[in-house]
Amino acid sequence: MANLKYRFLIIAGLLLASAWSLFPRTVVERVKRDGVFVMDTVRRVPLKQGLDLQGGMHMTLEVDESKQAVANKSEALDRALKVVRVRIDQFGVSEPVVQKVGDDRIIVELPGIDDPERAQALIQQAAFLEFQITDESGALEKSLSRLDEAAKNAGIRIAAQTAGGDTAASKSVTSLLTANDSTVRKDSANKGGVDAAKTAADSLKAALAAGGLFSSNIQQGRMPGEYIIADRAYEAIDSAMRTQSVRDAMPPAKVLRWGVDTGVTGQRYRTLYVLDTRPLITGADLIDAKPSTDPMQGNVVQFTLNNEGARRFKSETGKHVQDNMAIVLDQRVITAPVINEAIGRSGQITLGGGTLQAAQDLALVLRAGALPVPLKVSEVRTIGASLGEDSINKGVLALGIALALVVVIMISYYRFAGMLAVAGLALFLIYTLATLAGFDAVLTLPGLAGFVLSVGIAVDANVLIFERIREEMVHGKSMRLSIDEGFKHALSAIVDTSVATILSGAVLYQYGTGPVRGFAVTLIAGLFASLFTAIFVSKTLFMFWLSRARGNQTLSI
Amino acid sequence: MIRIFHDTKFDFIKWWKVAAIATAAFIGLGVASFAVNSAVNYSIEFTGGTLMQLRFNEAPSVSELRSTVEGAGVGNPEIQQYGTNLEYTVRARDARDVETQAAGAEGVSKKIQAALNTKYGADKYEVVRTEAVGPKVGSELRSGAIKAMIIASLITLIYLAIRFDWRFGLAAVLATGHDILVTFAFIKLVHLEVSLTVVAAILTLLGYSSNDTIIIFDRVRENLRKQKRGESFREILNRSVNETLPRSVLTHATTLAATLALLLVAGEVIRPFAWVMFFGIFVATFSSIYVAGPLLMWIEHRFPRRGTSHADLAIRDKASTPADLAKRPAMVGTKVGR
Repeated sequence: MANLKYRFLIIAGLLLASAWSLFPRTVVERVKRDGVFVMDTVRRVPLKQGLDLQGGMHMTLEVDESKQAVANKSEALDRALKVVRVRIDQFGVSEPVVQKVGDDRIIVELPGIDDPERAQALIQQAAFLEFQITDESGALEKSLSRLDEAAKNAGIRIAAQTAGGDTAASKSVTSLLTANDSTVRKDSANKGGVDAAKTAADSLKAALAAGGLFSSNIQQGRMPGEYIIADRAYEAIDSAMRTQSVRDAMPPAKVLRWGVDTGVTGQRYRTLYVLDTRPLITGADLIDAKPSTDPMQGNVVQFTLNNEGARRFKSETGKHVQDNMAIVLDQRVITAPVINEAIGRSGQITLGGGTLQAAQDLALVLRAGALPVPLKVSEVRTIGASLGEDSINKGVLALGIALALVVVIMISYYRFAGMLAVAGLALFLIYTLATLAGFDAVLTLPGLAGFVLSVGIAVDANVLIFERIREEMVHGKSMRLSIDEGFKHALSAIVDTSVATILSGAVLYQYGTGPVRGFAVTLIAGLFASLFTAIFVSKTLFMFWLSRARGNQTLSI
Repeated sequence: MIRIFHDTKFDFIKWWKVAAIATAAFIGLGVASFAVNSAVNYSIEFTGGTLMQLRFNEAPSVSELRSTVEGAGVGNPEIQQYGTNLEYTVRARDARDVETQAAGAEGVSKKIQAALNTKYGADKYEVVRTEAVGPKVGSELRSGAIKAMIIASLITLIYLAIRFDWRFGLAAVLATGHDILVTFAFIKLVHLEVSLTVVAAILTLLGYSSNDTIIIFDRVRENLRKQKRGESFREILNRSVNETLPRSVLTHATTLAATLALLLVAGEVIRPFAWVMFFGIFVATFSSIYVAGPLLMWIEHRFPRRGTSHADLAIRDKASTPADLAKRPAMVGTKVGR
């Protein structure tokens, strides 16, 4: 009898542990309220749902070597991982996953987000910030013929569809230029700059006749070092700028950089800047950045520099008062304001009509730092929250139906013993879920399907035992002996079948990805639970029945 | 006490030839179908490419949807209704499109979305699911799945070989191999979409099917130990199948119940998985009786145990009904040693 008592104690103990591990608990975490994530206390069952059930985004990132080979990928990826992790943490989603897989991949999982594009932009943005002085020496004009020559040698021309329309196009660029001249903002060009721009524009007009790629498509902009280019010439010039011979044709210590897309109504145009190659400072010196709204400038990002950066920035900007300083993010010029006086520790970046969210995102990536290597997406999956919820509902419904059917089959066939099996099945469900929760495993949609399936398979062990007991009874053995023999003989088959399936599950876990791993884990957890309930729990229940049975009473099986 | 198939004396093994022809024909059909058209319906995970599931506010015309997606520069988009006529899946996995995804997997889906926004308006539909897989990840998942299948099969085989003596082990191994082949043929014939989840189903099936064989073989082994006088190996096999029949029926019934629940209500994503399991239940039943059993009989015949009469283990046993079996005179020296 003592034996039976211990058995019940073990079952009850495990049940208590399971109940504890599954009991809804109060946690402080990020939750979505009215579309935004906020920290809040919630009560929930501590069972993790996969992205396919709760909705969200899964991304696999790799080092992008299309532009430049990366020497030590693994190490570079480690640094990138840190940056991405900081960005994601600040982006604010509940329970994000950012981890390195193998030597060459980063996996990012963002549950519950509904703006995947923004999240992706935030992760992939290089966020390399530079402050560079715009050119005032007319470097571009001086090297126009060399640039034209280099572009011609590289065989780069504007796409055929615009052939013949050259003169019309250049006219419109000219008119655009004059239109711009009249709207020059006071803060963006000083008097000397405008004068310089005018003379430069004259020399450009002379060069127009030559008809080269650069000379016929470039117009002087509103400030020294700024040029305007018709949209149709953008691609040709952009590809020319990527060729080495064109880069070599530029004067030393000067670089060409595009401006960010301008939202001008009417004809689209692009801006091109000639900048000093050497930046005054870079984003590496930045220690804080926060979004703000300025009544005059619109949405801005205010930044603070570290001591070293502040000292250098102050002395450098002091040397360039009245010059234009381009703020360059990922090789695109955001703005190029005039330096009115030496700037010290803090400054601001005007977004020129950007939304507050854009300012927030920019501040975020600047705070987190630049990505050491460019990353590209090699796999992305997004699942809408509604689809996930739908999957859960359907899965739970299937679970309910499967349970009901199995209970009906077992009880109608085995009667009392069937009820013992159903009690075992109930324990099986609780133990399995508790195991998943306890090991912090993730419940996915295939996992849910595996769980439903395991309800059908779990009773197999009971069926084996019951059938064996019946056979022993038919052979005329006593109830007690039949039960003993039944368990003894069925045991080896039960263990065998479980081991075979657990092995398959383990392989699946090793080679599967997200959702399928969830399946493997559920399968394995279910098998252990069913082994325990069939061998230990059922036997205990039978022993209990035997201890209460009078004389030769038979059990309905 | 309700009893089904209790104390039955069906001569299962009698039908082994018919069964062998049927299963060979089925596998042959699968192979022929593969020979005619080697296209297997792989999911996006394996082929690489882009899948988008779209939910519209108003039912769109399929041809219009197709031309919109084609207008985005996607070659041969596959467009399928998904449940109601408001939901559609768009698959883009033209070789060229997949190749462009090497530079960034999200490119194609962005192009499609831009085209849809222009055509229908961003608020007229919703992208409820996107899967974009670059070619490299696709091929890795593919080789991972193949590796998983091979390794899982090997491990199961090794386990079976260790668990039983080599005769039983070999029969179980061949039966398991048969199950995999038949399942492949089924997948090919019904053009089921092969995803990682389906691979998971195949591996689960592997375990489930070997379970059945294990249970029958366990019984055969037990019955060999207490062999009745004059009982041939074939009779022992038949008796073992009959004795385990109630268990088989019950277990398959409960598993079938769970599988049907999955098939009918668990939704489209799970359906291919449920189909494989549904089919698998029948394969498991079939192969444990008609493939593993006759194979074991054949092996026992070819490589008889010591002290066993050849005639006794012959496949071509003249006595084919239980009544005939009962009439057979007891033979001397039929004890099968272990």
